[in-house]
Amino acid sequence: MALSVDSALYRWQRFGARSAPQTVSESTPLLFSVRQKLNLSKWRIVFSNNGRQQRGWDEASRFYSGNRIQTTKYTWLTFLPKNLFKQFHRLANLYFLFLVVLNWFPQMEVFHREITMIPLIVVLLASMIKDAVEDYKKYQFDKMINFSKSRVYDKKDRAYVEKCWKDVRVGDFVQLQCNETIPADILLLYSSDQNGICHLETANLDGETNLKQRRVVMGFSSQNTSFEPEFFQNTIICELPNNDLNKFKGYMEQPNHERIGFNIESLLLRGCTIRNTEVAIGIVIYAGHETKAMLNNNGPRYKRSKIERRMNVDIFLCVGLLFTMCLVGSIGHGIWSGSFPEHPPYDVPDENGNFLSPVLSGFYMFLTMIILLQVLIPISLYVSIELVKLGQVFLIHNDLDLYDEEADLPIQCRALNITEDLGQIQYIFSDKTGTLTENKMVFRRCTVDGHEFSHQENAKRLETHKELDLEDEDFAKLQHFTLPPMNIERPATYQRTMRPLRRSQSARAHFQGHTRSRSLGRRDSNQSQVAFSSTIEKDVTPDSRLLRRVREAALRTENISPFIHMKTATSLTDFFLALAICNTVVVSTTTEPRQRVTVPPPIKPSGITLEKIHQIFQRLKLVSLSQSFSSSQSSSDLGASFSAKNTEEHLATLDCCDNDDGYCDSSRGAGLQDKSSRDIGSASLDEVFQSVTHGTLPTDFCYEAESPDEAALVYAAQAYSFTLVSRTPEQVTVRLPQGTLLTFDILYTLGFDSVRKRMSVVVRHPLTKEIIVYTKGADSVIMDLLEDPGKADTNAERRMKRIKDKTQKHLDCYARDGLRTLCIAKKVLSEDDFQKWANFRQEAEAAIDNRDELLMETAQHLETKLTLLGATGIEDRLQDGVPDTIAALREAGIQIWVLTGDKQETAVNIAYSCKLLDQRDTVFTINTENKETCESLLNLTLEEVRKNYEVEKPRRKLFGFIPTSLPASETPGPEFGLVIDGRTLDIILQGGLEERFLELARLCRSVLCCRSTPLQKSMVVKLVRRQLKVMTLSIGDGANDVSMIQAADVGIGISGQEGMQAVMASDFAISRFKHLKKLLLVHGHWCYTRLAKMVIYFFYKNVSYVNLLFWYQFFCGFSGNTMIDYWQMIFFNLFFTSLPPLVFGVLDRDVSAETLLSLPELYKNGQNSEIYKLSTFIITMLDAFYQSLVCFFVPYLAYKDSDIDVFSFGNPINTVSLLTILLHQALEMKTWTLFHWITIIGSVVIYLVFSLIYNAVCVACNPPTDPYWIMEKQLSEPSFYLLCLITPAIALLPRYFIFALRGTLGASLILKAQQLDKLPKGQRDCEIQKLRSRKQTTSDAPVASPAPNEDLDQSIGHLCFSPFLHPAAASVPQVDAGSQGLLASEVNPLRKWAHEEGYYFFNRWAEEESTATDSSAGPLSGHCPLVPSGITSPGQDGDKLTKGKAKNFNCGSHRRSVSAVTL
Amino acid sequence: MAVNYSAKEEADGHPAGGGPGGGATAGGGGAVKTRKPDNTAFKQQRLPAWQPILTAGTVLPAFFIIGLIFIPIGIGIFVTSNNIREYEIDYTGVEPSSPCNKCLNVSWDSTPPCTCTINFTLEHSFESNVFMYYGLSNFYQNHRRYVKSRDDSQLNGDNSSLLNPSKECEPYRTNEDKPIAPCGAIANSMFNDTLELYHIENDTRTAITLIKKGIAWWTDKNVKFRNPKGDGNLTALFQGTTKPVNWPKPVYMLDSEPDNNGFINEDFIVWMRTAALPTFRKLYRLIERKSNLQPTLQAGKYSLDITYNYPVHSFDGRKRMILSTISWMGGKNPFLGIAYITVGSICFFLGVVLLIIHHKYGNRNTSADIPN
Repeated sequence: MALSVDSALYRWQRFGARSAPQTVSESTPLLFSVRQKLNLSKWRIVFSNNGRQQRGWDEASRFYSGNRIQTTKYTWLTFLPKNLFKQFHRLANLYFLFLVVLNWFPQMEVFHREITMIPLIVVLLASMIKDAVEDYKKYQFDKMINFSKSRVYDKKDRAYVEKCWKDVRVGDFVQLQCNETIPADILLLYSSDQNGICHLETANLDGETNLKQRRVVMGFSSQNTSFEPEFFQNTIICELPNNDLNKFKGYMEQPNHERIGFNIESLLLRGCTIRNTEVAIGIVIYAGHETKAMLNNNGPRYKRSKIERRMNVDIFLCVGLLFTMCLVGSIGHGIWSGSFPEHPPYDVPDENGNFLSPVLSGFYMFLTMIILLQVLIPISLYVSIELVKLGQVFLIHNDLDLYDEEADLPIQCRALNITEDLGQIQYIFSDKTGTLTENKMVFRRCTVDGHEFSHQENAKRLETHKELDLEDEDFAKLQHFTLPPMNIERPATYQRTMRPLRRSQSARAHFQGHTRSRSLGRRDSNQSQVAFSSTIEKDVTPDSRLLRRVREAALRTENISPFIHMKTATSLTDFFLALAICNTVVVSTTTEPRQRVTVPPPIKPSGITLEKIHQIFQRLKLVSLSQSFSSSQSSSDLGASFSAKNTEEHLATLDCCDNDDGYCDSSRGAGLQDKSSRDIGSASLDEVFQSVTHGTLPTDFCYEAESPDEAALVYAAQAYSFTLVSRTPEQVTVRLPQGTLLTFDILYTLGFDSVRKRMSVVVRHPLTKEIIVYTKGADSVIMDLLEDPGKADTNAERRMKRIKDKTQKHLDCYARDGLRTLCIAKKVLSEDDFQKWANFRQEAEAAIDNRDELLMETAQHLETKLTLLGATGIEDRLQDGVPDTIAALREAGIQIWVLTGDKQETAVNIAYSCKLLDQRDTVFTINTENKETCESLLNLTLEEVRKNYEVEKPRRKLFGFIPTSLPASETPGPEFGLVIDGRTLDIILQGGLEERFLELARLCRSVLCCRSTPLQKSMVVKLVRRQLKVMTLSIGDGANDVSMIQAADVGIGISGQEGMQAVMASDFAISRFKHLKKLLLVHGHWCYTRLAKMVIYFFYKNVSYVNLLFWYQFFCGFSGNTMIDYWQMIFFNLFFTSLPPLVFGVLDRDVSAETLLSLPELYKNGQNSEIYKLSTFIITMLDAFYQSLVCFFVPYLAYKDSDIDVFSFGNPINTVSLLTILLHQALEMKTWTLFHWITIIGSVVIYLVFSLIYNAVCVACNPPTDPYWIMEKQLSEPSFYLLCLITPAIALLPRYFIFALRGTLGASLILKAQQLDKLPKGQRDCEIQKLRSRKQTTSDAPVASPAPNEDLDQSIGHLCFSPFLHPAAASVPQVDAGSQGLLASEVNPLRKWAHEEGYYFFNRWAEEESTATDSSAGPLSGHCPLVPSGITSPGQDGDKLTKGKAKNFNCGSHRRSVSAVTL
Repeated sequence: MAVNYSAKEEADGHPAGGGPGGGATAGGGGAVKTRKPDNTAFKQQRLPAWQPILTAGTVLPAFFIIGLIFIPIGIGIFVTSNNIREYEIDYTGVEPSSPCNKCLNVSWDSTPPCTCTINFTLEHSFESNVFMYYGLSNFYQNHRRYVKSRDDSQLNGDNSSLLNPSKECEPYRTNEDKPIAPCGAIANSMFNDTLELYHIENDTRTAITLIKKGIAWWTDKNVKFRNPKGDGNLTALFQGTTKPVNWPKPVYMLDSEPDNNGFINEDFIVWMRTAALPTFRKLYRLIERKSNLQPTLQAGKYSLDITYNYPVHSFDGRKRMILSTISWMGGKNPFLGIAYITVGSICFFLGVVLLIIHHKYGNRNTSADIPN
């Protein structure tokens, strides 16, 4: 201990020495800065605005932005130029500008100059109006905020006066009242709270609803007296404005050059709300746009969807087409005009009477034609797509199925332009915690001192919880009363009697998020908003055995029993004390909502005097110091009636469950436990204990924790009567089972961080006055930090080692059960050591430069040589419908990867329980730190997987039929799982093994990446996205998923327990994982289908229309003339044909939602981009050409050699083409709602009405030529109607016919589904069942069938046995090699072959293994507890083990083959 | 503050609840209003809908119906079109044998005008009213610059445009600093041949009455084309303008009758309605049936007297004279009839094909089985 402190001291000094000159150079300019030039580029220096530092303030505040915010983009003056500039960044707009300019040249003037500008102006105007409205709204909002009032210290009045927010300056003192919103980033200098605490609600900022504590700058003197801004003389130096909400550091320099450090703990952020604090005063550090809230606020993201990317390619194709057509026109014109010996009368010279040479006129014609055929590039497409997406988003947003009743949250669509990407997802990357699971932590089991307490009662309670939960809601509304936590005393009758109790305790847990955000304004009205943990988290039914022991211990401390028992008692007490103390939970009471319990309630007289307790603890201290007393009996020191045999039995149960598909079989354990607990039963203990607890406080406490597992632990401790009563930064009070209240002084709290993966509190025991460090953290970390049991010479050390091993074993079991594990440890510090350490710590805290590193270092120094107390297993329950959703998504052809920071075992088990991995799957686990081994491992695994595929393929044919109706792209579902950890991932990503990894991963059914950092998560996503060129979706709920969410094509945030960062970064935010099913399968499919068809249609529409003009060029000497009036042409795209595609894009529904959900395979349609790809594009183009040919030449032939004039010729063509285009759309529509009818028919009517009016009114309004009376005249001619009848018929005949043929002969699943939709409901369900079951037998992708048929499973199981499985099985004890051996007698030849091959392979493999292991990886066993013995001697040892375990093994159908390759 | 679809603009640039306003929006609705979407058919996409599926079975009737409707229509049109009498003479005079060969290289302003006479025989008599057309080939009246070379407001009788024609008319806008009326290339190139038809019966030439009114659209003559407003005769009204370059006479001397003179001269109006295609005909005169007893034009010999003014040879143009009766369908054009018959037959045929297909494969869809 001393040594470590010394070395730390040394390092610390070195650190100090290095940084010393730096600090001096830093401080000097600061000190003189008032007089000299301010060094503001590096630090922010804040002078108070109280007149004392007037010059400094004047000078500095010039550089700092005021508190006025302006989120508007434009002002009145800058609007036009800025907006235009922005708009012309769009290529399409530039293109049209180019056309307008072109049209300005007389040689190229096709249309009237002004007219050409219309489309452009319309588009520009529309966007401009939209921007202006948006900006105006922002302006109003800004104004409202800027003019909110706040109380600011005025140096003249020497008092706080009301000021608008916008007038708040950096350096101002601001007085904040309770429930006031904070106007700027303010450093807290005073709080009316006696402890200098100020409570904050950051819901406005990040959506987190639990209160955060902020404290007055530590060491700032004016705390006890009321704060007088007038006398504030300190200069504040802190970092420059940045957007990190969780980091802030700086120091305050007092006039005597003493520095006081502070950090984010003292900063009140703009936008948050003060809670539970009467008055808080602070100095403004950042104002306006420099506040963290504003800097954090980047607008919605712009993503380009896959269809849009595809579309852009096609637009270039269109440009190519346009150029070809223009070239044809220009060459044609050149030849045409060159063919006359002298100029004919219809060849009009230019203004001066000159004629152009054919070449020049050809060139001009090229440009002219671009103008003429400009519509080929569908400018309206962009606008339409935006509109359609808006409509789609609206519909998604309004879907009831995606609405979470509990949180009152509908789906949030934050990105407006990637709806259709939802329909094309191929890979899903999911976070585990909070995404697949509820992130509602429930205390499940614990192990103390090497003894496991399985908490069967608790498990049962959890199972029955769901149904109770439903009743709860109604009940809670009726009743709101509290009962003392007496339920603890009656564990036997928990099942029935617990119910009302739990209800009362749950106190409206359902309203977690939204109720509070809704009630911001009137918070005092509603009492029932206190509980932030749901019922299941709060109520822990204690394990009867453990409870008894705790009580015994409690009694014993009273009755002074033999030392032997004392050991356990201490551990237990320590364990629960640690649970209660080692956290950052905030305590509040139900009776007084939001009122922190800071003063321990008066101690009620109980049977035990304080003195007595003092005595007891003295004795305890003795015991723990002299550990030699406790002898080797530790394994059987369970108390009087709990025999060693029992323990053995219990361990056997555990071992058994090791073998049994990793599923800690609780029922068997339960039997044992129950029996043993009944054996113990001694009523007298109960009675005695009850008498003690009766006298305690009846108050019901609520715990608000930043992370849910902390709360779970505190509740667990509470269940064992170690109740956390109050917590302040200085003190924490715990009520012991004896009923006494112990108040610990908190000396330090070393908060949790993801690097250390642990947190500690340093407390002084009130009775023994010992300084104790309680540490709680991830098992992998804590286990390494334990006091080294290496030289196990004394009994005590041996015992410790045994406890450690046992605990490790329990931890493994927990992990396999899918529990989150935490280790609890403690350490007793001597006063000297602590003082030394405390000094470093203080210095570290005052440092500004490398404070984070220093703090980390000091923390690491404290957390060494710990004594293990025990470990806890917290269950994170799977969310509703996760397995079902995953099964459906997988059936939809989506690969699902889980990227989690969690432990491998936990992750694997969650994967099993949510059907991500199947019991039959072969799972490869690759954990290595060596590049070469990693490479060879990948190669070998890949080889195996491939081999298996080759075995499978002929078998598929052997099965006889590959269903014709299934798309050919369907490959057999791989039956491999890949588990990989963070370190290996690093090697792969850095070592250039990406390709091989991906190749392997692609063949695997699912991939799990454990222990991965946020960065790795995003790297994996990027890797897959880039290399495999697939559409990816990331889903997560926490801040650690943000990078992953941003890296994927579609990012989905789950608005759950862990705040809003993920939601803020996401494109769509849902509240439950199961919503993903409908979002993707239904909305994704619809959006994709709709948009894809609409885009295709737009291309078709434009090409077919523009081509009419093109064909006409062949009859007008390529002169660029049009036969259609320009207004009618503009309106054709603008009004007559614009609505139907929009309605189609928003409302069309090719297959009903029910069918889409029940046949997830329909999703593949979008995945393979079947609707919109190059071939469909080309086919559509060809069809467009054909239709335009028909629409032009049928009227042409009909009017050939007649007295038809230009517009009379164009009018029927225009009409006919309109009809054709609309009818084409009608053919595409699969759903005809009222809207569809209205728009289609309405379009025709609008066209007719407009044409009639326009043709009648405009005599000479549109010089030089007007289509006067054309429509009227034509409507009176029968030939017009005859044309309108036959032309669309000819144009659409092929399409219609082919559709009909496809409907009958084609066998696409979509068509099938459409036909299914027509069937009555019962019959449809029946048919769907048939389809699905057929699919399950034909394709050997094992999908989650509702009722698994054993025989079927067996046969499929045989199919997917890999030869590799054998060596793997042998090397891993958990695998049922034995059972395979048994089965081997009845397997088919194929498997026998597999055996031999496998054994051969195995031998080779084992050799390689052992050599590799010897050299490189010895101590790694801890990292992969799943295969602890497979490393050292895979061969014999494994066999031995398996044989030993084979007895316990009798569940053949649950084969889970894990092939772990660990180095 | 939750940023959702409707709160997009806040997300744009606002702090997530930068102040009391933010709090108010988030808490705005109070306890009564939830964010639960409405359960309406529209929002839940459950609107009642007709969902047609195109299969052989459903499409079948459509094909037969189309076939059954189109074929009779086609036959009707075809018969109608066949009943139309039409006679056509090319009088360009390209062939040396043609009587008009001598006039082939005539120019716009040749005086005296070249005349020629072509004799022809009508095999069949024309029973109903006969329309006399002149036809031009390879005359691109639809050329872009040509089409635009006019001023509709001038033709509409706008006095200011009369004296200051639109720029579109360049270079036929002014001549010798006087505005041209009517301006533009179309007017300038107006067809100015004169055709006269004689019936030759026993070597006597009887002139057939050619009616020159009623050949233009009524709306053109009465609404679109108007002489300049004002009192006095046309000559006075057109004061200050000059005739188009190619014209022998000014516009107010096109016809003797005042209601067919100036801009409302029907020949002029007809010419100004630019043809859609390079080969076109324009109505020249009407021949009305005089009595119910006699056909309008009996079968027999006729002669066509041509005052050949219009040069087309330079651009390989052709000039024709066409005599035609018309039906409800318009002029003679067998195309529509044939098209209807063809399409009708094809539809019928496809209908049969689909019927076979439907019988063979149609059943399996109703049972939704995958074939195995």
